[in-house]
Amino acid sequence: MINFDNVSKRYPGGHEALSDLSFRVPKGKMTFLTGHSGAGKSTLLKLLAMIERPSRGQIILDGVNLNHISNRRIPYIRRNIGIVFQNHHLLYDRPVFDNVAMPLVILGFRHKEISKRVRAALDQVGLLKKEKSNPITLSGGEQQRVGIARAIVHKPGLLLADEPTGNLDSELSLEIMRLFERFNQVGTTVMIASHDLELIEELGAPRISLKDGALVHDDLAQRGAR
Amino acid sequence: MAPTSPQNSLFTAYLVHHLRVFIASLGHLSRAPVATLMTSAVIAIALALPSGMFVVIENLGGLSHSWDGSTQISLYLKKSVSTEQAQSLADRLRLHHDIDAIKLIDKAEGLKQFTASSGFGDALKYLDENPLPSVLIVQPHIDTAQPEKIGKLLRELQAEKQVDVAQLDMEWVKRLYTLLELAQRAVWIIASLLALAVLLIIGNTIRLDIENRRAEIEVSKLIGASNAFIRRPFLYTGLWYGLLGGILAWLLTSASLGLLDGPVERLSGLYGSSFSLSGLSFSHVLNLIALSCMLGLLGSWLAVGRHLSEIEPS
Repeated sequence: MINFDNVSKRYPGGHEALSDLSFRVPKGKMTFLTGHSGAGKSTLLKLLAMIERPSRGQIILDGVNLNHISNRRIPYIRRNIGIVFQNHHLLYDRPVFDNVAMPLVILGFRHKEISKRVRAALDQVGLLKKEKSNPITLSGGEQQRVGIARAIVHKPGLLLADEPTGNLDSELSLEIMRLFERFNQVGTTVMIASHDLELIEELGAPRISLKDGALVHDDLAQRGAR
Repeated sequence: MAPTSPQNSLFTAYLVHHLRVFIASLGHLSRAPVATLMTSAVIAIALALPSGMFVVIENLGGLSHSWDGSTQISLYLKKSVSTEQAQSLADRLRLHHDIDAIKLIDKAEGLKQFTASSGFGDALKYLDENPLPSVLIVQPHIDTAQPEKIGKLLRELQAEKQVDVAQLDMEWVKRLYTLLELAQRAVWIIASLLALAVLLIIGNTIRLDIENRRAEIEVSKLIGASNAFIRRPFLYTGLWYGLLGGILAWLLTSASLGLLDGPVERLSGLYGSSFSLSGLSFSHVLNLIALSCMLGLLGSWLAVGRHLSEIEPS
């Protein structure tokens, strides 16, 4: 599903965020991306979401070489990716329902179908009753769940999460992680960047660890997936 | 792997989406009715000004057109010339190859017409004798496009012993025409400048709108919205501004012309004319609104092209 081949990313100004990174994540896997802050976790996710492009090397996502994707076609790549952000990126000028519906509107679904799928997604994150609320009135954990509902409502093949539990206490964090596990169980490939090693230990999913932009540990490689 | 096809027909999906955005952008505008109305009003005033001028000029043009065919030379005969002498002069001149027709208005008839149309009839009663000369109205057999030939005829007629003054009635029509042309050009210049102003107003309004919806644009881009998708609501917003501005401009122009209509009718009544101001025709209104919509679309298109690409998620 995800295939990094000797990928480096150097930002203008000379800082090398990722250096010569190679790893492989098979379809349907749930992996954690760990490392201290500044290790390159966010950069790696940005490369996958095509917010940034690699300086060297190539990334194959679901059989597509991202280097061959023109800027104009980036949206079509992103439509198969659900992204969960640490700070939710919700829009506070519209109710929860409309926030979650955004990916479906972009994909051109009919109104009836949108209602159905949005309610299903909200039901999965346990927020069905909050569909008419403004996200700003919700707690941090609830807002994060709205963000997750928005990321999975169009059933993307890949779910990326950047520190999804960064602002939550441990109990809420586990709850959120269990949600990701559930999506993984129905076939979605999930990659979660997190520095909460304790939590990751508890969940037991394979880890890819970065240090100063280089790969230091890859559970998937050790298990012979490579 | 890719999300399942959302709809049976991509084309219907496209249309449905456009309709949805079209309505949604109106909804967006209606949530700030005062701001929307103010922007539309500025656009309307900028458009009503030149379109009102156009209507006035077109009316004046029509007025002069009705006289265009009747290029004629008036021969005011000397007062000593009697009706019989005038008649024989008319008969003689009728044989001239450059003259199509001649009509004699003798002193008595001239007095009658003058009394009827001028309102000074009573004053004339106090005069001992008829002060008016006999007049020959000469219809030349010459195209108006040949001024030198008309000039030659005019000099010939002026040379006749019995003629006091020979006057080419076309002169003032020509002057009016030149003036109208000048005015028309001035209106074109003003209209172009104001159209540019409308473009800038809409562009700036859309730019602010884009700035206000920055977060929404960023999130939309992150979840896979194409540039066209993000552009669309802003383009439709511009279109709505244009449409509202155009309709308001039409109302403003019609109201202004309505205010002028009464006085103009009274004025033309004084000149014995049945001329009345013709307002905006249906096709004028359509043109005005179409132009306004185009300016709206173009203005927003320029703003969107400049500012949307600056907003990228990071």
